[in-house]
Amino acid sequence: MTTNSTSHDEGARARQAEPAVGVPRRRGVWRQGAEVFFQNRLAVLGLIIVIALVLFSFVGPLFYRTDQVHTSLPNSYLPPGPGHPLGTDGLGYDQLGRLMVGGQTSITVGLLAGIFATFIGTLWGAVAGFIGGKVDAFMMRVVDALMSIPALFLFMLMATIVTPSVPLLIVIIGAFAWLGPARLVRGETLSLRSREYIMAMRGMGGTSGRAIRTHIVRNAIGTVVVNATFQVADAVLYVAYLSFLGLGVPPPAANWGGMLSTGLTDAYSGNWWLIFPPGIAIILIVLAFNFIGDGLRDAFEVRLRKR
Amino acid sequence: MGTFILKRLGQAVVVVILVTMIAFALLHSLPGGAARATLGKEATQEQIDQFNHDNGFDLPVPQQYVRYVGDIAQGDFGYSYKLNQDVSDAINQRLPKTILLSLISTILAIGFAVPLGVWQAVKRNRGPDYTITIAAMLAYSTPIFFLGLLLIILFSQVWPILPPEAPQGYTVAEVMGDPKALILPVITLAIVTVASYSRYVRSSMVDNLNEQYVRTARAKGMSEARVVFVHTLRNAMFPVITLLGLYIPALFSGALVVETLFNFNGMGLLFWQSAQNRDYPILLGVTIILALATVIGALVADMLYAVADPRVRLAGKK
Repeated sequence: MTTNSTSHDEGARARQAEPAVGVPRRRGVWRQGAEVFFQNRLAVLGLIIVIALVLFSFVGPLFYRTDQVHTSLPNSYLPPGPGHPLGTDGLGYDQLGRLMVGGQTSITVGLLAGIFATFIGTLWGAVAGFIGGKVDAFMMRVVDALMSIPALFLFMLMATIVTPSVPLLIVIIGAFAWLGPARLVRGETLSLRSREYIMAMRGMGGTSGRAIRTHIVRNAIGTVVVNATFQVADAVLYVAYLSFLGLGVPPPAANWGGMLSTGLTDAYSGNWWLIFPPGIAIILIVLAFNFIGDGLRDAFEVRLRKR
Repeated sequence: MGTFILKRLGQAVVVVILVTMIAFALLHSLPGGAARATLGKEATQEQIDQFNHDNGFDLPVPQQYVRYVGDIAQGDFGYSYKLNQDVSDAINQRLPKTILLSLISTILAIGFAVPLGVWQAVKRNRGPDYTITIAAMLAYSTPIFFLGLLLIILFSQVWPILPPEAPQGYTVAEVMGDPKALILPVITLAIVTVASYSRYVRSSMVDNLNEQYVRTARAKGMSEARVVFVHTLRNAMFPVITLLGLYIPALFSGALVVETLFNFNGMGLLFWQSAQNRDYPILLGVTIILALATVIGALVADMLYAVADPRVRLAGKK
């Protein structure tokens, strides 16, 4: 983190120096970052997978219409064949159509919970790191305390207290997944807050709130964005785990984790089409977000280092 | 050294107090209150009043908290009406089995992760590094229960050499007596753990291989094997110790899923069953015990780090 911010500072200075020396203006930093990102083959692959799965889940049902509300027991456990490319499940739902509907929940909850967690974590970390001293020590001990309870246990405990629905799942996961980003942003803030430009801003009468909002958060944005990507990946997994543990969204709503867990009971009857499609879908989307996160990290780092 | 350890101990105590406060807050946010949540819908008002009185829930809140912490300090986590058993007894029966599962998996994971991470660092940005990185990410992105299921299908169905269920023994000794049944659960947990550990080892090795002392060692004509395995690995392992301490909660989360999938009667399965039954005394008891284990684990890891690396304890002094 420290190397990150030092090079950031040098970058800021270099930018100011450029026109004075008369060197032709270099390409924009964002564009440079984007180039690095698109040179990373895995990151591009990740982006393609995410776009493909989003299209599959949200646009797919417009073209491939299936009934995902009413059960149809006579049609249960049909193997893949004409009419049902991926077969049907134990309640007679078309598996391909269900995969699309389930993807909507998995992707939505993952994205929103990841963003929610990142938002809280960034604020918490920025405030703690900026104020420092006893407040910082206390705020970080709160993070330590919540972190010392294994995440899945905490999620399960919460899910027994409130009945999970899609919005609640987002809140539960977001409300406890912000600890990682909080630590990261706090570290970043600690090294940013004593910089000259923040001193200068405060000297001109700027408030702490302004320093956090306009300077610290913006300078820590690289760390935050990269971490948000990993948070989304983790959130998708958490939804799957909660479904496996029997505390996911109740039927007829579907999500990939829930489909996979229901499929588990069929594992021994050889109904492979109920296990592998949702399992692979989860792996693909989590892997894709991890690839994107790695690519973004390189992009932000190189963007800072190259100057 | 003394100040570092004292400071770190102080932090741990504050964290433990906060954990008990969180558990206490959860206890009081249960649907319908603790009494209703424990006794169920059918309980009469008299029973609820009696329960509240017995558990001191009719006292002022600060007094209740003090009583709650006092009980926990004495190892009293309350009584499970669903299991008809003291929570501490139920936990005592199962905690050793979870520790056994986690410990074997961790040792196995370290055994694989260290050589893998070292190899990746040496071959940095070349074939083997990319291959292992992608494999690790793949393992990390796979839900543990899907991974376990694949192993069950492979090794209990397609090629039936291992039982699909964990040992059902009551004590650790009985569990150890059925090593064949332990293989699949242990491997499932270990694979996910290797994925994280090998990344820690790799990045720590890469950092250290760029250090001046490595260049000096090479300039002196030291063999590459000695530079990597004796000088660099030793230094690179220090930060990894702390990371292993921080990984403990993730390990327990993994154990929760593995125990549920393989029907292994440890803390994870107990927690899962209690969640289905809404058995809150157990749920809160397990939560506190695991949080304590995590805090102690992280503390031990940090202290090992301080003992091993003088720079850490000197940094605390200035």
